[in-house]
Amino acid sequence: MKNSPSFFKPDGLLVYAVLYLTFIYLPVLFLPLFSFNDSTYITFPLKDFTLKWYDKMINSPDMHEALFNSIKVGLTVAILSTILGLLAAKAVTRYRLRGRGPLVSFIMIPLVIPEIILAISLLILISQAEIPLSLWTVGFSHLLLCIPFSMLILISRMEGFDRSLEEAAMDLGENAWMTFWRVTFPIVLPGIVASLLLTFTISFDEFVLAFFLSSTDPTLPIYIWSSLRFPTKIPAILALGASIFIISFFVVSFSEWVRRRGVKLEPTSRI
Amino acid sequence: MSQDPIISFQNVSKSFGEVKAVDGANFEINRGEFFALLGPSGCGKTTLLRMVAGFETPNSGEVYIDGQPMSATPPNHRPVNMVFQNYAIFPHMDVRGNIAFGMRKSGLSKSELDKRIDETLELIKLQGYGKRGADELSGGQRQRVALARALIKHPKVLLLDEPLGALDKKLREQMQIELRQLQQQVGITFLFVTHDQEEALTLSDRIAVMTEGHVKEIASPAQLYENPKSRFVADFIGSMNFFQGEVIDLNNKQLSISTDVLGEISVPASDSDYASKSPVWVAIRPEKLQPVFSAPDDSSNVIEGEIGPSAYLGDRSHFYVHIEKREEPVLVALQNLERSSDLHRNPFQKVWLKWSNASLVVLPRN
Repeated sequence: MKNSPSFFKPDGLLVYAVLYLTFIYLPVLFLPLFSFNDSTYITFPLKDFTLKWYDKMINSPDMHEALFNSIKVGLTVAILSTILGLLAAKAVTRYRLRGRGPLVSFIMIPLVIPEIILAISLLILISQAEIPLSLWTVGFSHLLLCIPFSMLILISRMEGFDRSLEEAAMDLGENAWMTFWRVTFPIVLPGIVASLLLTFTISFDEFVLAFFLSSTDPTLPIYIWSSLRFPTKIPAILALGASIFIISFFVVSFSEWVRRRGVKLEPTSRI
Repeated sequence: MSQDPIISFQNVSKSFGEVKAVDGANFEINRGEFFALLGPSGCGKTTLLRMVAGFETPNSGEVYIDGQPMSATPPNHRPVNMVFQNYAIFPHMDVRGNIAFGMRKSGLSKSELDKRIDETLELIKLQGYGKRGADELSGGQRQRVALARALIKHPKVLLLDEPLGALDKKLREQMQIELRQLQQQVGITFLFVTHDQEEALTLSDRIAVMTEGHVKEIASPAQLYENPKSRFVADFIGSMNFFQGEVIDLNNKQLSISTDVLGEISVPASDSDYASKSPVWVAIRPEKLQPVFSAPDDSSNVIEGEIGPSAYLGDRSHFYVHIEKREEPVLVALQNLERSSDLHRNPFQKVWLKWSNASLVVLPRN
């Protein structure tokens, strides 16, 4: 590093950057730290090292159920919203739709409606329709929330997509399905992965909609929230939090890898 | 050229909404020909090409490829392949992957296919580039890959959409020669679209000049340049000076015409007959006017003028000559045969322009 000496000269921006990163990551690092601490109370000084909270986590069926509820809802929502987002993005970018601008804005509105408003209005609608609250209703509301995110990601990916690539594939003998499979899909793949990850994460940690629209099956955020009343349960939640943190680290690294080996889209007339 | 059509357009028309992109195209392209569709942008040439490829369907009429009607055949089942304007190289594959793309159903074994790819890489002079990614290629190399990807399929016709438009001038001139050689080497019919008349003249056996959805004229490059059949074609290909004229008489296969500036002239009558008094254009190319800078002895076939603005182009100079009684100056092209740095003619200098009647082109005026 040629410029390394200047790195040590503290200037205002550097101090700000360090403070910022500390502020974001230090609290998160308390999770694994206290999850190995042999005490029910989350205070310094630390006591002995223990794995019992992880043991408790593994042997807590309630927590497992909540975790699997969240994963079930998250996966379903991620897949459905990515498929719907992909189709919508294709329609928006490929065809000269009349009223495209207003239409896209209209679909994007859930991004800016406060979730609490969305939650209440959905609750009213669902109870009016006499649909029982369940994980389905939670999933439905998450889908509503996630589609705009999928669309945003996939529209930006497909806007750079050169239509003549698909024509070239057909010209070289492939039908519509194989053209999608051999050309469109691999090129759009990084966008699809990004959309799956983002929508899964949104659904996984979403609280307000889940709180309003779930019944007896809690999702993980609801479970954690309700556990806060019982201090003895908290260290096991820390252990779970630490585990999720590690898993997400690997998932994000993997998706970054996919993104990097994915192709760059080039401007169509590049010389 | 034998009369053996590989592509036949029969009354092909195509509209986009109100706009008639192609209006009643009715002509044939022969086997083994290098054929150009030439015209200004929006003349329908690309639409015509895309109808051969199958990306557009005619509203009426039929495109035949090797005798087979194509309306019901999708692009992936047509015996033609296309080089796209931006080359459409698949960005997620290397050069070999791109070239092998269309060979999935070829039934060749892995080693046979590898051999075919190697041969094709050699054909387009890209040996050793097989593992390059699409983003590691220059414009010219991308074009070669696009060519290879299409040629490896041995199409009956290779379609090229503005194949050289994206290259810089030097590379374009080099690729023109290579394309021509390549076509002779593989013996496949090439049908290409261009708005660049020089490119069309250089490459093609025959050119179809199009405007506003109509095919105006189909002929060889030399025919189109030396003997155009309409003012549009005469004007679109190269430069042309037009003079108004009126037919006086036709006898002994000589056409007598009175013109506004050139005086009364007599030219060999072409196959088209003109009635007496019919209005015509008398046209002459700028390089066929011979300028002399002192009054000639023989005053027939000479007009007198005054030099106006000029342009030095290296191998030749263009200058405009103002002629009395004529608003539009006459364009003259002069080869710079002698080495001199003072080739700009002086403005207002007197000049006499000589021509031979055999260089005059007579075109209908209406």
